[in-house]
Amino acid sequence: MSSQGIILSGLDGDRTWRLADYIKRGGYDALKKIIAEKLSADHVIGEVKKSSLRGRGGAGFPTGLKWSFMPRAFPGAKYLACNSDEGEPGTFKDRDILRYNPHAVIEGMIIAGYAMGCERGYNYIHGEIFEVYTRFEEALQEAREAGLLGKNILGSDFSFDLFAHHGYGAYICGEETALLESIEGKKGQPRFKPPFPASFGLYGKPTTINNTETFASIPYIIREGGDAFLALGKPNNGGTKLFSVSGHVNKPGNYEIPLGTPFADLLEMAGGVRGGRKLKAVIPGGSSAPVLPGAVMMDCTMDYDSISKAGSMLGSGAVIVMDDSTCMVKALERLSYFYFEESCGQCTPCREGTGWLYRVVHRIENGLGRPDDLDLLNSVTANIMGRTICALGDAASMPVQSFIKHFGDEFAFHIEHKKCLVPQDVQREGSKIYVA
Amino acid sequence: MSALRIAQEEKGWLSSETIEFVAKYLEMPAIAVFEVASFYNMYDLSPVGARKITVCTNLPCALSGGVHAADYIKKRLGIDFNETTPDGRFTLKEGECMGACGDAPVLLVNNHQMCSWMTEEKIDQLLEDLKK
Amino acid sequence: MLEIEIDGKQLQVPDGSTVMEAASKVGAYVPHFCYHKKLSIAANCRMCLVQVEKAPKPLPACATPVTNGMKVWTHSEQAVKAQKGVMEFLLINHPLDCPICDQGGECQLQDLSVGYGGVESRYQEEKRVVGNKDLGPLVSTDMTRCINCTRCVRFTTEIAGLMELGQAFRGEHAEIMPFVEKTIDSELSGNIIDLCPVGALTSKPFRFGARAWEMSRRKSVSPHDSLGSNLVVQVKNDVVKRVLPLENEELNECWLSDKDRFSYEALNGEERLTRPQIKQGGKWIEADWPTALEYVANGLKSVRTEHGADAIGALASSHSTLEELHLLQAVVRGLGSDNIDFRLRQTDVSADAHRAGLPWLGMNVTEIGALDRLFIVGSFFRKDHPLVAQRVRQAVKRGLKVSVLNPVVDDWQFKIDSKIQVKPSAVVASLLAVAKELAQKTGQALADVFLPAAAKIETDAAASAVAASLASGKQVAVWIGNYAQQHAEASRIEAVAQEVARLSKGKFGVLGEAANTVGGYLVGSLPAKGGKTAAQMLAAPLKAYVLLGIDAELDTQAGQRALETLGKADTVIALSAFKSESALAYADVLLPIAPFTETAGVFVNTEGRAQAFYPVVKAAGDVRPGWKVLRVLGQLLGLDGFDFDKVEDVRKLILGAEQQPERSRFNNLVTVESFALAAPVTGVERIADVPIYAADPIARRSAPLQKTRDGQAPALRASVSTVAKLGLEAGGKAKVKSLSGAVIVPVVADDGVVDGSICLAGAHADTSALGGLHGEVSVERV
Repeated sequence: MSSQGIILSGLDGDRTWRLADYIKRGGYDALKKIIAEKLSADHVIGEVKKSSLRGRGGAGFPTGLKWSFMPRAFPGAKYLACNSDEGEPGTFKDRDILRYNPHAVIEGMIIAGYAMGCERGYNYIHGEIFEVYTRFEEALQEAREAGLLGKNILGSDFSFDLFAHHGYGAYICGEETALLESIEGKKGQPRFKPPFPASFGLYGKPTTINNTETFASIPYIIREGGDAFLALGKPNNGGTKLFSVSGHVNKPGNYEIPLGTPFADLLEMAGGVRGGRKLKAVIPGGSSAPVLPGAVMMDCTMDYDSISKAGSMLGSGAVIVMDDSTCMVKALERLSYFYFEESCGQCTPCREGTGWLYRVVHRIENGLGRPDDLDLLNSVTANIMGRTICALGDAASMPVQSFIKHFGDEFAFHIEHKKCLVPQDVQREGSKIYVA
Repeated sequence: MSALRIAQEEKGWLSSETIEFVAKYLEMPAIAVFEVASFYNMYDLSPVGARKITVCTNLPCALSGGVHAADYIKKRLGIDFNETTPDGRFTLKEGECMGACGDAPVLLVNNHQMCSWMTEEKIDQLLEDLKK
Repeated sequence: MLEIEIDGKQLQVPDGSTVMEAASKVGAYVPHFCYHKKLSIAANCRMCLVQVEKAPKPLPACATPVTNGMKVWTHSEQAVKAQKGVMEFLLINHPLDCPICDQGGECQLQDLSVGYGGVESRYQEEKRVVGNKDLGPLVSTDMTRCINCTRCVRFTTEIAGLMELGQAFRGEHAEIMPFVEKTIDSELSGNIIDLCPVGALTSKPFRFGARAWEMSRRKSVSPHDSLGSNLVVQVKNDVVKRVLPLENEELNECWLSDKDRFSYEALNGEERLTRPQIKQGGKWIEADWPTALEYVANGLKSVRTEHGADAIGALASSHSTLEELHLLQAVVRGLGSDNIDFRLRQTDVSADAHRAGLPWLGMNVTEIGALDRLFIVGSFFRKDHPLVAQRVRQAVKRGLKVSVLNPVVDDWQFKIDSKIQVKPSAVVASLLAVAKELAQKTGQALADVFLPAAAKIETDAAASAVAASLASGKQVAVWIGNYAQQHAEASRIEAVAQEVARLSKGKFGVLGEAANTVGGYLVGSLPAKGGKTAAQMLAAPLKAYVLLGIDAELDTQAGQRALETLGKADTVIALSAFKSESALAYADVLLPIAPFTETAGVFVNTEGRAQAFYPVVKAAGDVRPGWKVLRVLGQLLGLDGFDFDKVEDVRKLILGAEQQPERSRFNNLVTVESFALAAPVTGVERIADVPIYAADPIARRSAPLQKTRDGQAPALRASVSTVAKLGLEAGGKAKVKSLSGAVIVPVVADDGVVDGSICLAGAHADTSALGGLHGEVSVERV
């Protein structure tokens, strides 16, 4: 873990997550400042808007704007939810934030609760990182005991409580409305929007959902000011961001760097491509983002706008690096299988289409491809995209389209020659167990 | 969801009787509880071994040996995915992304204990420890 | 109001409308599967994607709210492309086994695939196979055909009130199923067959019976409960193959109860009576109609001559047509007798003399939606009135608060706000306690006639809660149910319930027991001048009986005692669609009359709405419509007023030119001249429900209905503590004894039954030996 940022900087792994450590780092100063100076909700939201913080979960929606959507004068309960259901292949930043700096998330959520007038929040934690869930529960307990959570926080008339909720193995719950359904104890099938969560969310009440990293950025923004945060990054791409680098690099891990840092620098930080092999392809924003050829990536900087211009998405900041030992058909087959397995089954195009995509890619990988399969794949993805309730349909389609777009030759070779362009032994060598 | 998790921790897996019990306890229709139990991967609707090992083989993990590690465990235990060793000690499952791709290869023991950077030596050690 | 343009047509729609609703207003058909106007919006099939101005993607018409100035194209290139794309996905895993599918010819998927499907499939992979489910005797499954629209799941949850189906697993493995090996036990389950847009859920009794296009569709009216659901009866070669709902928003909406839907199986059954028969020297011989009717007329005449007209009595089923009920009373009265009744399960009809008009629901069922408080007294509401209960269920979701007073509080699948659960003999006092509390809370005076009794009773928290609920309502109704009307103190219950309604400024209603209960009152098919009531006619034998459409031991409160009484008569003439062992024993003449599918007639429902229907099939064998049989009998007896050519003539005589009863005749007011509480009862009391599929001769002969959970043989139900106190064992058997006889029945623990009493159904051969529906019984373990 290396950090030039604000969330994971100055930490010492497992040893400094407790409340006392966090306070030593200036933790809860932002909250104390709000309470002491009686800062208005508008002021808090204004700072967040100034910071140009964009949602760190994948969609990159401006956080301040999202907060301003919450109805002010709503009479009943309003809720806040933190999306820590990190299951997008390649993404593993929220786990580290929650493990090493849980109080930053808690403080961020308390401040958000203050700004939006929510009385209660939930942190939905990916089921597979159950140990993180239990740690977060401990952190919550610390905060409650310190008077930072619960009734009359720090002696003020502001009350807010926060609860942890764990998933139990469903990628789809990372979709915000599926996550709400899951908190309600139901299966995680996304809701049709509108109504949006800001008007009809958890238990039918106005609800705002943000990513873990987004919340963890809030204390800094309030403590140091929105402008200071913005200055860390570049215009419209405020702050630093965590990038989870995985795949064929020497030092996989999380790297917190200012937005706008060249990809080449990030790759170097992660120790470069493993075994001196050639960079072949990069998925820059989690498995749902379109793949880009290595050469294209080397010209990009790591921010929302640059990656978007190159034809992909910064997404959750999950950078999957693939070297030239990778068979792109096999890589896509595995991703397609993932979306096929994780489709919730609610709406037709995704339920039926993801299985179709997987089966065709699987056939191609196994030497049973047909000449018109690539056209078929493109056509089926076109029929899925934009036709589903949630974004999983799009997420399943974009890898297929981009893999074919950039590595079509490799697919064509597979279909024609019934075998991989990359020799089997090279593939095997490239995907053997590697631990830094 | 927590009720089902706790029931599974106690019973090892979720039989229809267990689901019905949870449904009664929560005053919900049994099918509504079954919907939930069958939707989330980590609930087991059929018996599993004393130790359930779930290996992530998704792309980022696979690039760093996830599949390789799974193959190694298969060889060591003599079972394939979704099988249980004859002595009932181990069940092996293929997992989806656990949100720990930087730690590849990654596996979960009984849903809750995550093991990172699983080299062949560490797998050997883990299997030994789990036998105890 | 919002402005919207759909396919170039401008219109205004109310705020909150969806694009789908707007489109249907301008007649633009948007293809869809999961959308259904009566169910919540799922937006999961994606078939209704349409193009919306400024929207980058096509949007689902069913779930997209109209915004002002919106422009929508339902059949633009973008829309049709999206719709065709979805259709392809729906078809890739569908078996396309239309030639062997019962849905073929009436399948939404089949129909829409003609417009939106491809010529051949691009899907070359293996298709999905989904295991079938056993949903019970009514609904057949072919789950591989399922397109996961979840209409059936939403129906069970939202309309039937209990989630009996769910969508389990996820993704491509998602499947619709009940919980492990459970069947669908709802009394409304058949509706999921209609809702299923494909052939995944089809009718089990109908399975492979006919193709949709081979059958003719004929309108009819349900002869069962007092709602009068409208039916489409489907007929092939003069056989009823299937019954479907005829949509009537004012009555059954687009639903049917399973009883309405599946009872027709009895009409094709072996117990049909198809030839007139006369018993001579203890032997039954078939006769032609002239002979049989001559025999009957002579028999009645000689009884009158020898014993006087008062020795003749008639019992009519309240499921008979209005014409039959009228003509039967005309025959009896023509003979000079006043012994006629159709309220066969009632024992206390002493309110008759004090009625200001015909008892009815006091409102239309459509008005249920506007109620904010409802008090139901003495009713097995959900099973006795399945679709009225459904309306109440929807109203409860919108804020209606329901209170109940009944010895048994079953799960009605909606929230009951407050309840009073007391033993049968305490019903009147408890109701009076509500009235007393209500008077106090509203600052009104209890009517004088109740004061002495009210002074003697203590009120309690339950009565106070019900009174508080009623007092806080603005649109209140108080209804008495079938159980209240069959109660030994029915007239007292009615009197106090009416007082409760008055004090809460609500409407007072009498839930009709059966399809033509109101009709029976309308034509005066009851004693008017001191004649004997049904209970009296069955208590001591007359010389001659005419029975219209009944199984004497099952359709009357007397049970087996009815058989004994009838056995002592000189002559019993049974007009019936069915024969039975007992009828063969007690009757002397059996005259086969037509059931509702083979005759014309009118049923007057609980709202006082007359609904005419006509034969949908040719009469079986020598069967004749009841009204014709009674007409000829009247003529043979030389009575006046039987010269009708057409059934319409009889109808006109009863209903006038309007073909509807005069509204002014409906009035639930009963004058109460005196009131006193009955002596307390200390022993174990029996509460008898009339099980939904045992209530009338047709339903009880429908084999598929009898196989359902509701069709199972009666068991003794008692609370856990009562089971223990009586020394019984749940799962074991008990002997129940009354003054008339004893029966041995299984024991079921059920805390829905008031402590100290037992619930044991009537209207069933297993319990008819008890010879009554209520009263004290002794219970012992066997």
